[in-house]
Amino acid sequence: MNIHEHQAKALLKGFGAPVAEGVAIFSADEAEAAARSLPGPLYVVKSQIHAGGRGKGKFTELGPDAKGGVRLARSIEEVVSNAREMLGNTLVTKQTGPAGKQVNRLYIEDGADIARELYCSLLVDRTSGRVAFVVSTEGGMDIEAVAEHTPEKIVTVAIDPEAGVTDADVRTIADALALEGAAREDAGKLFPILYKAFTETDMSLLEVNPLIVMTDGRLRVLDAKVSFDNNAAFRHPELAELRDLSEEDEKEIEASKFDLAYVALDGNIGCMVNGAGLAMATMDIIKLYGAEPANFLDVGGGASKEKVTAAFKIITADPAVKGILVNIFGGIMRCDVIAEGVIAAVKEVGLQVPLVVRLEGTRVKEGKAILDQSGLNVISADDLDDAAQKIVAAIGGAR
Amino acid sequence: MSILVNKDTKVLVQGLTGKTGTFHTEQALAYYGTKMVGGTHPKKGGETWTSGVDGTTLPIFSSVAEGKERTGANASVIYVPPAGAAAAILEAIEAEIELIVCITEGVPVLDMVKVKARLEKSNSRLIGPNCPGVLTPEECKIGIMPGSIFSKGSVGIVSRSGTLTYEAVFQTTNEGLGQTTAVGIGGDPVKGTEFIDMLEMFLADEATQSIIMIGEIGGSAEEDAAQFLIDEAKKGRKKPMAGFIAGVTAPPGRTMGHAGAVISGGKGGAEDKIAAMQAAGIRVSPSPARIGATLAEVLKG
Repeated sequence: MNIHEHQAKALLKGFGAPVAEGVAIFSADEAEAAARSLPGPLYVVKSQIHAGGRGKGKFTELGPDAKGGVRLARSIEEVVSNAREMLGNTLVTKQTGPAGKQVNRLYIEDGADIARELYCSLLVDRTSGRVAFVVSTEGGMDIEAVAEHTPEKIVTVAIDPEAGVTDADVRTIADALALEGAAREDAGKLFPILYKAFTETDMSLLEVNPLIVMTDGRLRVLDAKVSFDNNAAFRHPELAELRDLSEEDEKEIEASKFDLAYVALDGNIGCMVNGAGLAMATMDIIKLYGAEPANFLDVGGGASKEKVTAAFKIITADPAVKGILVNIFGGIMRCDVIAEGVIAAVKEVGLQVPLVVRLEGTRVKEGKAILDQSGLNVISADDLDDAAQKIVAAIGGAR
Repeated sequence: MSILVNKDTKVLVQGLTGKTGTFHTEQALAYYGTKMVGGTHPKKGGETWTSGVDGTTLPIFSSVAEGKERTGANASVIYVPPAGAAAAILEAIEAEIELIVCITEGVPVLDMVKVKARLEKSNSRLIGPNCPGVLTPEECKIGIMPGSIFSKGSVGIVSRSGTLTYEAVFQTTNEGLGQTTAVGIGGDPVKGTEFIDMLEMFLADEATQSIIMIGEIGGSAEEDAAQFLIDEAKKGRKKPMAGFIAGVTAPPGRTMGHAGAVISGGKGGAEDKIAAMQAAGIRVSPSPARIGATLAEVLKG
C-alpha cells in the first residue's frame, strides 16, 4: 500500500524525524487558513498524488507555460492562488502515464533554505536479505538516472537485523553523504529513527528524496515516499485509514476485497489463472500469439467457489475484454472447484464473449466433466499452447 | 539419486491439524508412502491425527523438538498461517531440523529478514516460504505439488513459481524424460534458498542429467545463477539446461502476485534475465508451453 507525502511525513514526525510544519488541504477555501498557521514567509504548495516527478509534472487543463505540481509561494495570497489553480486539475508526470492523476489534495508546507540535496532510502535488499540504506550525494533528482550514469555515487549499507543501526553504520552513511558538523550530529539520530519507523510499521520502501542539509547546517526530510508490505497489514490496523481509494483502479479495489491478486492492463483478453508465475506466463503466451492480455489475475492457492465467481465477475465487468482465458494447473487448487465457480459466475452474469478453459492437475477429470455437463459454450483446451491459440483465434486473431 | 529428499526422509508437519495441512498430508501419505511421521501443535500434544482417506493415524507433538526426538524426523513442512509462519520456521531451526519447507504464502518480509539472519547461523536449510515444496518421484513428496504428473527420470527442476514448476514437470513427463527432483524455491523477495544452491546440488547429483530453471521478474537471482553457471562451466562442471522467465509482458512498478515479482528502479526485467541465462548456455523457451520440448531439443543436440 502506498500513502501520500503528507501522511508519510506525519508518520515520520511521530518517530522523531525532522520534518517541516505543514497542513494538508482538500479544497482551495482551506488554503488561506493553512498558510496562516505556518511561520512563512516562504511556503511550498505540493500536489498529493501517488506518483513521483510532481515538480516537473504538467497540469493537463493549464497551458504549457503553467508551473508544475510543486510550487513555491512567497505570500499567503500566492499560496491561495496556486491552490485554486492546482486543485481538481490533472497532473501528468513521468510516473503517472499520459492520462495523469487528478489532484484532490495539496500539502501546504513551510519553506526551507536548502544548502545541499541528498538521497536516502530504505528498502529490503534481496541479495543480502536485509533492510538496507541506499544513499547518495546526488539528491533531488531521479535516482534511476544517477544509478545509470554515476553508479559509484550510490552507497548501499545493509543492516544486521539483530544489531540494528550501529554507530559504525551511521558513520558509513554519514561519510557517504559527506555530512559534517550539525548535520553529522543529526545523522546519529535520524538514521536510527528512519530504520525504526521502517521496521516497526512494516514498510517495504521509505524514500527521502531529497534529504536536505539546510543553510543552518541541520538535516531535514524534505520529501517522503512510503510503501507498506501488504503481507504485514494484519498487524497494522492503524495504517488502514491512510489508504486513498481514489488512487487505485476500481477493479483492483474490488479484487482486493476477495484477496485476489489483480493488475489491470491495456489488452482485450481477460485471464484467470492460479499461481503468479503461471498468470504472468499466460499473459506472455497471449502476447506471443499476437494478442494482448487485459489483466493479470492470480486466484491463489486455496481459492473457494465464491472467490472464483468474484474473479470471473471482475474480468467480465471490464468492457475492453473480448475473450476470456481460464488457465488452471491445480496443486492446492482443485479443478472441480474452478469449474463450479466458473459455472456459477456464468449463470449469474451471463457470458457475452468466447471463453477458453484449460484445466490440468488435481481433480482434472472431475473439473472437465463438470464443464462438459454444464451445457455452457465453453471452448476446452488441452494444454497452454492450445489454449492461447484458441482464445486468440476466438477474438478474431492477432492484431 | 535425487536432491534434498528421498525415500528415507522423515517429515514432521507443522500445522497438521488445519484443513490445508490435513489435505496435503493425506496426499503425501498416498504418494508412494512418503514417510510422514507426525505433526506438531502447541496445545494438542499427545493427541492423534487421523487421515480422512484411509484412517492412517499420526501422533501430534507439542513441539518440533519433541517430535524430532520421538520420531527421528529430519525434515519439516509448514502449513501454518502467515502470522505464525516465521515463528514456526524459527522453532524448526531451533530444533535443528535439516530441511524445513515453508509452504505458507503472505509471510511479512521483515519476518523473513529476521528468519534469514538466524538461518545463516544454523545448519538448517529452508525452502520457501510461498513455495510448492519439494518432490522426488516415487520416493517423497513434501508440499503441495500434484504427484500424478511426475515420473522418475533424469531432469532436475528448480523454479520460483509453483504452477510453472508443474508445467515443467508435466511437460518433461510427456517428453518421456521424467524428473530426479523438483524444487519450488518460492516467490518471495527474501527466502531460504536461491537458485544457486539448487543448481549446485543438481550439478553434483549423478542421476540428474539435465536441468530446467524457471525464473520470473524481480530481483537478480537469475543473473546471479547465470554467473554461477558460467564460473562452474569454466571448471568443467556443466549440464544441458533449458529455462523460462515469466513476466515479459509485466508492467514496471507493479507487483505481479508474488511479493518478489516486481520490476523496480529499472531492475529485474525479464529481458535482462533471459539474456543472462542465454549467456550461461541455457536455452530459454519463449513459450511456457514448450519448456519440456525445448529441453528435449537441447538434448538431441
